[in-house]
Amino acid sequence: MVELSLHVLDLIENSTAAGATTVRVSVRENPGENAIHLTIEDDGRGIDPELLARVTDPFVTTRTTRKVGLGIPLMKQVAEACGGELSVSSEKGKGTTVVARFRRDHIDRPPLGDMAATIAIAMATNPGTRFVYRHEGAGGVFEFDSFEVARALGDVPVTDPAAFQWTKQYLRERIERAQGSERV
Amino acid sequence: MKSLEDLERIRQEARERLRVREGSQDVRVVVGMGTCGIAAGAREITSTFLEELARRSLRNVTVTQTGCAGLCEYEPLVDVYLPGQAKVTYTYVTPEKARQIVAQHIVNGRPVAEWTLAR
Repeated sequence: MVELSLHVLDLIENSTAAGATTVRVSVRENPGENAIHLTIEDDGRGIDPELLARVTDPFVTTRTTRKVGLGIPLMKQVAEACGGELSVSSEKGKGTTVVARFRRDHIDRPPLGDMAATIAIAMATNPGTRFVYRHEGAGGVFEFDSFEVARALGDVPVTDPAAFQWTKQYLRERIERAQGSERV
Repeated sequence: MKSLEDLERIRQEARERLRVREGSQDVRVVVGMGTCGIAAGAREITSTFLEELARRSLRNVTVTQTGCAGLCEYEPLVDVYLPGQAKVTYTYVTPEKARQIVAQHIVNGRPVAEWTLAR
């Protein structure tokens, strides 16, 4: 993946596949601490302890059609390749949280990329799921809840193409503001 | 700067279009969004489809996602379902191909045969 935001989209798809009704994504990229923290938290069906212990293994998956699952292992590899780490915690029936940290100034760290597109696409293609997004950067904190968009749209679905365009643009403007003059 | 108030206008326009499309059947566009699809560019492809649909004000089309189909080497993969017709699967979809698929297949009903999986 060429952007960290694409790994985030991949893990969001895991969450929705696990039946999550709410997915919370947060990005913290304060220049002062030389790190980028990404969190993807869901209230899906969760992972039992036995599977959780092996979940970063690329040859482990819940699918029955194939024997590989690369989403989490790929992101872990990227995090570790740039002086960071990735951990998964989960409770059966409660949900799963993935936390990843990347060293901000590491030469191998991919750019954060287009988080606005990631969140807007997740919303447009998973209409039943609530997405809560938080972005903390040099310019401040931006918080977003897809329920507010759904409420404003009333009987028009969030999957509407015009609503998607608005959401992507809105997120892009607000995320840029939260990033301030810093671009990661 | 965008604000939540803009959504009221989007809502009214969408309801207007909803009235117009009553009776027409739905077209489905399904983009492969497994790890392989995302790595190959599925996010941009989905964006392109949605933007093209918004630009042309096509309201009888829904864009959804699916997981890995086991054909990772052909990603980005896109399935198009027209009412009463067999599924058509496109391989190696690019934004340019996506726009062409909307114009030729979804609007005019003629699949772009040379980009499909089985022909």
